[in-house]
Amino acid sequence: MTVWKLALREIRHRKFSFLMGVISVATAVACLVGAQTLLRADRVITEQLLTEKQSEIEDAVAAKEEAVKQAGAELEDAMRKHMKGLGFNVLILPIEQSRSELLLNGMTASMPESYVDKLASSKIVSVNHLLPSVSRRVQWPEHNREVILIGTRGEVPILHRGLKKPLLEEVAEGKIVVGYEIHKDLKLKVGDKVTFKEREFTVSALHPERGSTDDVTIWINLGQAQEILGMQNLINAILALECGCTGDRISVIREEIAAILPGTQVVEKYSEALARAEARAKAKESAESSLTREKESGVALLQQEEQARNQLEQQHAGFASVLVPLVLIGSVVTIFLLALMNARQRTEEIGILRAIGFKSKQIILVFLSKAMLIGIAGGLAGIVLGFWFGWSLGGVASNGINWQKLFEADSLTLTIAMAPVLAIVLTGIASWLPALIAARQDPAIVLQSS
Amino acid sequence: MLLQLDSVSKTYKDAHSTVHAVEDVSLQISEGEFVAVQGPSGCGKSTLLLIAGGLLKPDAGTVKVDDQDPYSMTPDSRAEFRAQKIGFVFQQFHLVPYLSVLENIMAPGMAANCTSSEIRERALHLTERFGLADRRHHVPAKLSSGERQRAAMARALLNQPKLLLADEPTGNLDHENAETVLNDLSEFAANGGAVLLVTHDERAVAHAQRGIILQDGKIATASAVSGAE
Repeated sequence: MTVWKLALREIRHRKFSFLMGVISVATAVACLVGAQTLLRADRVITEQLLTEKQSEIEDAVAAKEEAVKQAGAELEDAMRKHMKGLGFNVLILPIEQSRSELLLNGMTASMPESYVDKLASSKIVSVNHLLPSVSRRVQWPEHNREVILIGTRGEVPILHRGLKKPLLEEVAEGKIVVGYEIHKDLKLKVGDKVTFKEREFTVSALHPERGSTDDVTIWINLGQAQEILGMQNLINAILALECGCTGDRISVIREEIAAILPGTQVVEKYSEALARAEARAKAKESAESSLTREKESGVALLQQEEQARNQLEQQHAGFASVLVPLVLIGSVVTIFLLALMNARQRTEEIGILRAIGFKSKQIILVFLSKAMLIGIAGGLAGIVLGFWFGWSLGGVASNGINWQKLFEADSLTLTIAMAPVLAIVLTGIASWLPALIAARQDPAIVLQSS
Repeated sequence: MLLQLDSVSKTYKDAHSTVHAVEDVSLQISEGEFVAVQGPSGCGKSTLLLIAGGLLKPDAGTVKVDDQDPYSMTPDSRAEFRAQKIGFVFQQFHLVPYLSVLENIMAPGMAANCTSSEIRERALHLTERFGLADRRHHVPAKLSSGERQRAAMARALLNQPKLLLADEPTGNLDHENAETVLNDLSEFAANGGAVLLVTHDERAVAHAQRGIILQDGKIATASAVSGAE
C-alpha cells in the first residue's frame, strides 16, 4: 500500500472530480500550447509566404530582365540587319539642286533620265535599288487643289547583280496611286476614274495615312508625268535604297556615285530603319523603366505582405496575452475549488486515516499525488489539444508547412516540454491549501461528529 | 501499566453552554486487561476513549500509554505513536470506501512505516484469521456489517498494538457477529494486549474483566465483572 495507490484508488472512486480537474488543466495547457503553436505557425507561414513572394518577385524581375536583355539584343541585331540589309537610303540629285530649295519647295532641278541607266549598268556596289522619279508640286485643276505629283518607273535593276525582286513596282501607264488626304477628301476608291490635267487615270492603289508629304501626293507613270510636266527624258532624282556600306558609309557612296555620275550630289534620306531602331530603343527604355517599376512594386508588395502578416501576428499575440493568463487563473481557481470540494468530501476518510496514524505530510502527499496525476494527465491532454488547436487555427496543413518547422525555434519545444511541469506546479499550487486544510483536520472532531 | 489516566478532565464550551464531558477521571489498564466502560448517552464515554487514544487532548490531567505521554509529542509523532501502539474499532466501522478489504487492513501499515511485504503478509494473515480471505478484494460497500466490523478489527490489529480502543463495536451487529467481535477482543486481551471498550451492550460487558460506569463525566462505579474470565 503506497500513497500513489491510495491516490489512484480515490481517483477511480471519484472519477468525475478527477475528470473535471483534468479538463481544467488540459484547458489551461491547451491554451498555452495552442497560443504558442499558433504564434509559431504565424511566424513560419509569414517566413514561407515572404520567401515565396520574394522568389516570385525575383523570378518576375529576372524574366523581365531577360526580356529587356533580349529586347536589347534583338534591337542590336535588328539595327545590324537594317544597317546591313536595308542600309540607309540616299537621294541622287542634280548638282545644281539647292538643299534649301529642296526642303522648301521640293525638287526643282533636273538631270537626264539616262543617268539611272548609266548607274544601273555600272559596277556600283554600295547601292542595291534605283528608283528614278520626277516630282513637282502642281495644281490639280479638276479638283482645284495642290498636290505633289511624282512620276516613277519603278525600280531599275542593277545589271551586274542579275534580276532581283523589285522593292517597288512601277505605276503602270493610265494608273494613279493616291495619297491619304487626297483620296479621303475626294472619296476615292480603287478602280475609280479620275481626270488629272485632262488625262484620265484609274485609281490602282490608295495609300494609308503616313503623316508625311506622301498623304498629299499622287503617283503616276514616269513617262506620263514627264509629259505632263514637260520634262521628257528628264528626272529630278534617283532614290537609291538599301545602301550597304560599313564605316563612313555616305562618303563611300558619294565617292562611288561621283565617279559614275559626276554632275550629281548625294543626300542621305531619313531611313525607316533608323526610325524603327529609335522605336526599339524607346521600347527598350520603356521596358527598363517597367523593370524598375516591377522591382519597386515587388518590394512594396513584399513590405505590404509583411506588414499584413505582422499585424495578424500582433493580433494573435495580443489575444493570447489576454486569453492565456485568464484561462490559467480560471484553471487554478477551478482546481482549487475542486480540491477544496474533494477535501470536504473526504473529511471522514481523512479523519480515520489521521486516527489510525497517518501523519499530516502523508495526507498532504495523498492530495498532492492526486494533483500531480491530474497535472500529468491534463498536461499531456492539453499539449495534444493545444497543438491540434494551434495547428488547425494557424493553417499549418493548409499552407503545406512541414510540422517539424514549428519546432525549429526553441520557444515551442520549450513550452511543450515545460507544459506538464507547469501543469503539475499549477495543480500543486491550487491543491496545496485544500491539502493543508485536510491535513489539519482534527480526527477527534471528525470521529465525534460521525 | 499500559494505560494510565490521572485526573483527566475535558470540557466542551460554546456560546450558550458548558458541558463537562469528562471530569476528574483516573483509570489504569494493565497488559492483558479488558475493561468495559458503560454509561448513558452523553456521559462522556466516547470523549474518554478519544483522550485515551491520543486523539483529544484533555483540559486537565495526564495520559500515559505504555509510559509515554502522547500529548507531549508533536502531532505527527503522536500520529506515529498511535499507529504503533493503539488500535481503534468504531461502531460505524470507518473503512475507506474505495479501498478493498485487504487495502483497508494494510492502511495503518503505511502510517507505521512498515515495509510493504511485511504489511501485506500480516494483512493476509488477518484476513484468514477474521474469515475474510474470500472477501479481501471486495470494497466495504459489498460487505455485510459483520464483515465490515471484522475488517475494522483486522485493520486495528495490523500494527500489533498494545492497546485496543473500541467504541460501541457491536452497536450495528447482530448477536452472532457481535459475539465474534467480542471474542476477538477477549482474545486480544488474553494475548497480552489491553482493551478499553465503550459500550451500551450488556453482552459486551460480560466479556470484560472490569466494568466502569460513567455518569455525567465521572466514574460512578468501578468493579470486577462477574462474567469475566
